[in-house]
Amino acid sequence: MAGPGGDMQWCFSQVKGAIDDDVAEADIISTVEFNHTGELLATGDKGGRVVIFQQEIENKSQPQFRSEYNVYSTFQSHEPEFDYLKSLEIEEKINKIRWLPQKNAAQFLLSTNDKTIKLWKISERDKRPEGYNLKEEDGRYKDPNTIMSLRVPVLIPMDLMVEASPRRVFANAHTYHINSISVNSDNETYLSADDLRINLWHLEITDRSFNIVDIKPANMEELTEVITAAEFHPHQCNTFVYSSSKGTIRLCDMRASALCDKHSKLFEEPEDPSNRSFFSEIISSISDVKFSHNGRYMMTRDYLSVKIWDLNMENRPVETYQVHEYLRSKLCSLYENDCIFDKFECCWNGNDSVVMTGSYNNFFRMFDRGQRRDVTLEASRENSKPMQVLKPRKVCAGGKRKKDEISVDSLDFNKKILHTAWHPQDNIIAVATTNNLYIFQDKVN
Amino acid sequence: MSEEVQGTTSSEEVQEMEDKVISPEKAEEVKLKARYPNLGAKPGGGSDLLRKRIQKGQKYFDSGDYNMAKAKMKNKQLPSAPAEKTEITGGHIPTPQDLPQRKTSIVASKLAG
Repeated sequence: MAGPGGDMQWCFSQVKGAIDDDVAEADIISTVEFNHTGELLATGDKGGRVVIFQQEIENKSQPQFRSEYNVYSTFQSHEPEFDYLKSLEIEEKINKIRWLPQKNAAQFLLSTNDKTIKLWKISERDKRPEGYNLKEEDGRYKDPNTIMSLRVPVLIPMDLMVEASPRRVFANAHTYHINSISVNSDNETYLSADDLRINLWHLEITDRSFNIVDIKPANMEELTEVITAAEFHPHQCNTFVYSSSKGTIRLCDMRASALCDKHSKLFEEPEDPSNRSFFSEIISSISDVKFSHNGRYMMTRDYLSVKIWDLNMENRPVETYQVHEYLRSKLCSLYENDCIFDKFECCWNGNDSVVMTGSYNNFFRMFDRGQRRDVTLEASRENSKPMQVLKPRKVCAGGKRKKDEISVDSLDFNKKILHTAWHPQDNIIAVATTNNLYIFQDKVN
Repeated sequence: MSEEVQGTTSSEEVQEMEDKVISPEKAEEVKLKARYPNLGAKPGGGSDLLRKRIQKGQKYFDSGDYNMAKAKMKNKQLPSAPAEKTEITGGHIPTPQDLPQRKTSIVASKLAG
């Protein structure tokens, strides 16, 4: 059965992580991100660790190539801290990782927890110097009196070593919890957003940042909305967007003023007031916003749907896709177990024709914009035989349940796919369950 | 139980009929209000939910309380009066060789395994 995108057939490729069901909190995956070429795939977890996988391709010349992602580097990015002034713990959980475009042999990424952003340099070392004049091979210093001649040390090959070192630490700029970071297309600046403020940084400067959005009310009792996500436009270095807990997106132009409290565009879908309920605002809260690669559209994810917006049309989205509409009649229990506050992310494929987002029961959904087709797939150990084709799944909302369908009440709400990523060029996707990373590949790549 | 629309009906009557089929969202709201009658009147819980969101994280009394809680989580044995260490305290100034090796508390990610 052909899936979205014509003949796309998703197959299992790899799964990373422990098999046992007893999940340590530190192992919960909190972010997944491909770099700009797709050669590297980074994950961050609740324990503050970053693991980077590198793609190795077999038979690159042939159209049906197989690729594998293997561990390239792993390091502890953030550690738990204690805020002495507020007597609050600062979690080491990595909220977001964003790669910088590659400028030289080394790779750079930004990783952030709730309060501090760090720039990491990942570099390869495959040669080491040998033949020092003043040191023995084991590092001990020679007695200078024994040195009779001089030689030039030579670089000899060694086993590849990948080193990660923190190059910049951007700290103390956020009173509230950082939810987003976004690298500007100018490759010099980036933004970081917390619940109420957005700051602009220069990658070289750590002791200063500019506040560009501040929605903190003078009286906190009047607080009605918070910033949920922010992103720079992929090509226009003066443009960025931020989404709110009320379901609105504001587009700001940094050329207009230093403080972008006044938006240039406000994207909001009008709501039918007769349909308003206690849950309306909660489920309209946008958990993720992503520009399309071509920069003409942006996608937002709220609790039940994915919306595509044309940047030239503010009054409504051009496309709306229901992710799991059957949950609308379960909102009461989802509020009680806090699942209604789950923050799902979404992503575009390389040519902006398909979008993907996660759901519960380790399901994830893909929507083909051109072909108007959607599919539900599952990331599970049962479907993890090499190159096993994923079978589409179906949830039965009510009434008679057909064979192979799953009823809404049987869904496991603890198995949530919040983070997914799509390779920038190829049909390779990375899907994170609670503590495992699944990599799926299109059969005909 | 459905009602047929016959002839011309005023908009009010149509609205009444539609209300009989309550949207699933409103039905869920009724359920919630029944369970928690004291829930905030403002939609979305007003700023209570937002304020809870802004101040996430467990509050500790002080850094000592925080460190105790961390230690308990790691199931470390809290030394009450370590007998083997009495000669270190008070007897002489400890040197690095006297101090126990600091175990690395950072465990590698299972994704890298």
